[in-house]
Amino acid sequence: MIATENETYQEQHATFQLQFSPAWLVELRQRGFDAFTRLGIPTKTLEDWRFTNIAPLVRRPYALASLAHSDDETTNDEIKALVQQATLDEEFHRLVFINGRYSDEWSLMHDLSVGVVIDNLGNAICDHPSDVQTLLASDHKLDDSTFAALNTAFINDGAFIDIPDGVVLDRPVHLVFLSIGSNHTVSHPRNLIRVGKHSKAHVIESYLGHGDAYFTNAITQVTLEESAELDHHKLQHEQVGALHIALTGVDQRTSSRFRSHYFSFGASLARNELNCVLDGEQIETTLNGLYMPKGDQLMDCRTRIDHAKPHCKSYELYKGILDDRAKGVFNGKIFVHQDAQKTDAKQSNQALLLSDDAVVNTKPQLEIYADDVRCTHGATIGALDEDALYYLRSRGVPAELARKILIFAFANDVVQGVELPAVRRHLESVLLSGHELSEDILSRRT
Amino acid sequence: MLEIKNLHARTLDIEILRGINLQVAAGEVHAIMGPNGSGKSTLAHVIAGRDDYEVTQGEILYCGQDLLGMEIETRAAEGIFLAYQYPVEIPGVSNKEFLRIAMNSIRKHHGQPSIKRTEFVSLLKENLSRLGMDKSMMDRSVNEGFSGGEKKRNEILQMAMLQPKLAVLDETDSGLDIDALKIVADGVNALRSPERATIVVTHYQRLLDYIVPDKVHVLAGGKIVRSGDKSLALELEDKGYGFLQELALS
Repeated sequence: MIATENETYQEQHATFQLQFSPAWLVELRQRGFDAFTRLGIPTKTLEDWRFTNIAPLVRRPYALASLAHSDDETTNDEIKALVQQATLDEEFHRLVFINGRYSDEWSLMHDLSVGVVIDNLGNAICDHPSDVQTLLASDHKLDDSTFAALNTAFINDGAFIDIPDGVVLDRPVHLVFLSIGSNHTVSHPRNLIRVGKHSKAHVIESYLGHGDAYFTNAITQVTLEESAELDHHKLQHEQVGALHIALTGVDQRTSSRFRSHYFSFGASLARNELNCVLDGEQIETTLNGLYMPKGDQLMDCRTRIDHAKPHCKSYELYKGILDDRAKGVFNGKIFVHQDAQKTDAKQSNQALLLSDDAVVNTKPQLEIYADDVRCTHGATIGALDEDALYYLRSRGVPAELARKILIFAFANDVVQGVELPAVRRHLESVLLSGHELSEDILSRRT
Repeated sequence: MLEIKNLHARTLDIEILRGINLQVAAGEVHAIMGPNGSGKSTLAHVIAGRDDYEVTQGEILYCGQDLLGMEIETRAAEGIFLAYQYPVEIPGVSNKEFLRIAMNSIRKHHGQPSIKRTEFVSLLKENLSRLGMDKSMMDRSVNEGFSGGEKKRNEILQMAMLQPKLAVLDETDSGLDIDALKIVADGVNALRSPERATIVVTHYQRLLDYIVPDKVHVLAGGKIVRSGDKSLALELEDKGYGFLQELALS
């Protein structure tokens, strides 16, 4: 079986490698492809894939998306509509990628401070080859994952954000990944983000699409230097039918602060891996997540925090809201290594089941090898509070709105973790699907 | 305004209401008293529409309409308000927004536009000060972390904001000290008008010193066993509920 699906990718890879690229990149891709072949498509017999049957979706014959520039009016209207849908704020820097390729036409860049590089990876490979190589090589764990290897095999484009020391980026950077077209397309965006010492940035990744069953296989690699701060947001709005696999790897140095805000709404199957290595002291890491599968969607959220050094803190809050026959998986690994004394790690995941057929599998996984640490974790699964529903209705609120309000209230603390008002407003409107509520709904709890 | 005829209601296991007859006219305040477990709260929730209870016989007419056929929210929008004995906590929704959503839902039901923000704020301010409530409570989640007394005041605040036609107060006096009781009673009395009616469900006569009822009914064993004027409440206070058992059985 494995031979068959590999043949498709094999053929694509061979053709892909023919295009002109620097030798180091050709070699890197080849290593990626070899690793992919060696690892194979994961099956449910593997512990990490027990609840997620990926094979049928991966085996669909995907075509490697070609350059999506087209004079086709329909395509342009389609792109325009998607870009509008994705836009959070015109004041943000916006990089648009269509089927994995950067599109200058739809992107919007404002002025940048001296030394800041916000570009596409295609350009960066030419302009900053050594920086690109260093950042690409920063995460060794990528070699162990089938899909990371597949992404490496097809490295071509993505975002390249390099912020020098001592810069507070005044505008958030919004990366918009669109999948369009009538073919089953696959794209492998590779994003590299480096925030220099004492620098600060906000990055948002949006994924959306319009087309037949497509496949997004994304990797974002983040490096935070000493005392750097990054708020990373991901808004996963892929079209139902799509397969979305993504990995975000974060490498944190002393006194850096990373906050992740993950929101998953779309795709038929979405699997998101978020790995943070806390390789320094006094680091703070916050992972907030909200996943909302309905219909037959499956959302698999996996996080891994490696406390490698002493005196670091990590906070993790993941919430799931599952309806219909949806499935959710939460796997939260926290490793506290031997040196990591005085670690303070909190993990909580809560699921709200809106139907009898929705299922969530939740697995906190703490491995602690240091003896002077504080680690807590908790998991809850529940249904909508019938008493609260009755209370709202008995005050005149229609049942449907009452449900939405309670769902919103459940999700609220994850949404509240987002600093950017434009992103919060976007999330509120998604959660309340058009019901207008003012900002007052946000109870001011700290 | 409200006409209850031969009302029987049950939970899954037991029949709680066994033939209630009650008529409440506009402008009146009725007190329903009775021992624990007599069905007082059940009656209040059947009027509000809670679906934990099954009505097996009888009917309720509200302003001439069949109340039992209405959704919970329709009843509220048509002017029925239940002040809960145990108000529900809703983490994540602020009190202020809860009130605004409720008011606007009711206005929408009547084809009216949403309330203007400034109008809402000044109305809220006025009612808060009348009830001796701090405005910081409005930014907190609905009833979350409120004391028993604060929750009860919050019910009266909602009532004052929503201006119901028929208010049903379910043991609003329980757990209140005398000062809070007076404030709550003032809130209820402020709403008294020829167009409105109030049903006060209570275990004790104490509240009726402050909210003087036009009629008092005694509920025991799922039936109204006696009705009278406010002197009945005093008689009950004097004799206790013990003698009612005989009335209920006869």
